[in-house]
Amino acid sequence: MTSLPPPSPRKLGLVIDLDICVGCHACAVACKEWNDGGAFGPLPDRDPYGSAPDGVWFNRVHSYAVEPEIGNRESGIANACRSRPESEEAAPAIPDSRFPIPGASALTVHFPRSCLHCETPACVTVCPTGASYKRADDGIVLVDEDKCIGCQLCAWACPYGAREISAERGTMQKCTLCVDRIYNETLDEADRQPACVMACPTRARHFGDLGDADSAVSRLVAERGGYAPMADLGYAPVNRYLPPRPRRDAARDPAEVPREETLDPAKLPGVLRWLDRVLSR
Amino acid sequence: MRPTFSIIAFTVLSGAGYGLWFLLGLAAASGWPACAAPAADACAAHSAWLAGGLGAGFVLVTAGLLCSLGHLGKPLRAWRALSQWRSSWLSREGVASLLTYLPALGLGLPALAGALGAEAAPFPGGRRVAGLALALGAAATVVCTANIYASLKPIRAWRDRGVVPGYLLLGLYSGGLLLWLGAALAGAAAGAMRMLPVGLAILALACAWLKRGYWRRIDALPPANAGRATGLDALGATRTLEQPHTEENYLTREMGFVFARRHARRLRAFVQGAGFAAPALLAAAAAAWPAAGAVAAAPALASALCGLLVERWLFFAEARHAVAGYYAR
Repeated sequence: MTSLPPPSPRKLGLVIDLDICVGCHACAVACKEWNDGGAFGPLPDRDPYGSAPDGVWFNRVHSYAVEPEIGNRESGIANACRSRPESEEAAPAIPDSRFPIPGASALTVHFPRSCLHCETPACVTVCPTGASYKRADDGIVLVDEDKCIGCQLCAWACPYGAREISAERGTMQKCTLCVDRIYNETLDEADRQPACVMACPTRARHFGDLGDADSAVSRLVAERGGYAPMADLGYAPVNRYLPPRPRRDAARDPAEVPREETLDPAKLPGVLRWLDRVLSR
Repeated sequence: MRPTFSIIAFTVLSGAGYGLWFLLGLAAASGWPACAAPAADACAAHSAWLAGGLGAGFVLVTAGLLCSLGHLGKPLRAWRALSQWRSSWLSREGVASLLTYLPALGLGLPALAGALGAEAAPFPGGRRVAGLALALGAAATVVCTANIYASLKPIRAWRDRGVVPGYLLLGLYSGGLLLWLGAALAGAAAGAMRMLPVGLAILALACAWLKRGYWRRIDALPPANAGRATGLDALGATRTLEQPHTEENYLTREMGFVFARRHARRLRAFVQGAGFAAPALLAAAAAAWPAAGAVAAAPALASALCGLLVERWLFFAEARHAVAGYYAR
């Protein structure tokens, strides 16, 4: 049934911290490994060890350079970065760094991209067969691969690129939020989390119920100003991204950074002060 | 978006077929071909004509639908696509296309029997109802097809207000050219041979005007932008530092198609010239000298179909998907 279920109070999803993600792709690899051998079903690759392997990955980690000077200051995540920061500005900025780097204000942001398990996902409603569906009790968006005809309309309908068709199977595949881990009673309770969350070495990924305002993930989102990309398309994503924290030296005007080395002879030890005077003649 | 042969062939062929069915359905609904019972020969000729036209539409629509199955990863499961008509335009299209076969057969089989010399249909009123149902079904199917694309918010070009009218108008136009060719082959009355080309010339100009507006509007859309896709534009200008994978993947193949936008100007000129201008000129000439109509109809149709194939190719190939933003440089 591709009509959407009534909104559920539970909204399971991920919170991804763009401030501390180091772009190591461990989430993508752990996900591929779990889902290739897990209970959901394999993610077979075409030509996996050849010169041009081709297969489905549920996570793709992009890396961007962001130049903070130019940009739209009106939107939500800029406000999130600004609103927090009275305390941040009080914190000591790097005082008169001796190693000024031109253009150092550019950020490197790693952006792991995966299904956001939207509350009103078009990928579900466009499905002609009922293969694509949203679970009523926890909001996870899944594909029933036994019903999928591989028409790919759901991939077209998703602005986040969360769905890829399997060249080997002819059916659409997507992130399952490790539905076969998170409810798996044969695993230790601590392990009942998505493989990507378990694997992240910097703990940039968090899993939980975003429908519960008191959950750890919801508090994190409130505290850090978590946002959903392309929210204006109206699919109401459940996952949230935590924006990069402001840089400690972001407040400094790059024009003020001294371009030349400075030397205060008064601070030099006696011999060097004499040498400086002699050589400066 | 990657232009796939199966979808281009499907939308052009079935569009022409449904356009023809629409016109024949309207004709039947309006009581044509009216033949008095005694003039049995004329009746049989009319029936043969109607059966031939409906048959041509049947071939085009069916060929188009079979082509569309080629786009599926699992074509044998296509029957499942009929179940979700409550939410999915693709499912509605499937249902509407199958339902439209009913009036087409209801109208076509008696016409075929009439052409083979059977008695005139016992229910002339039934023919009017079947004609109306055929016209409505054909139009509804094309509306569903267009809405499959027009409902996809991540592809902004297809959200354009010209998409649904465009599919309807181009289907009607190509169906009309088929009707003209059929009328020319059957040696229709001079009145019809004058009216049809006049209508087609006007339709061609309307199509050209509609596509021109569509292309102008999609040219004004912003290019793919990583900052907007990721939301990082709020922090500053965003450019790609490193792609997430070294090989092409499904997304970059399907949604990162650049070729058409590079050559758009010439291809659009071809569509306007071969698709609309040349057939319009041929139709205008045929309207002025009805005797030329029999010669002009076939090249007009051939030229228009070439133009429409390129038009449909551009419709897919030029459209930019939101996902391209993540991969933008």
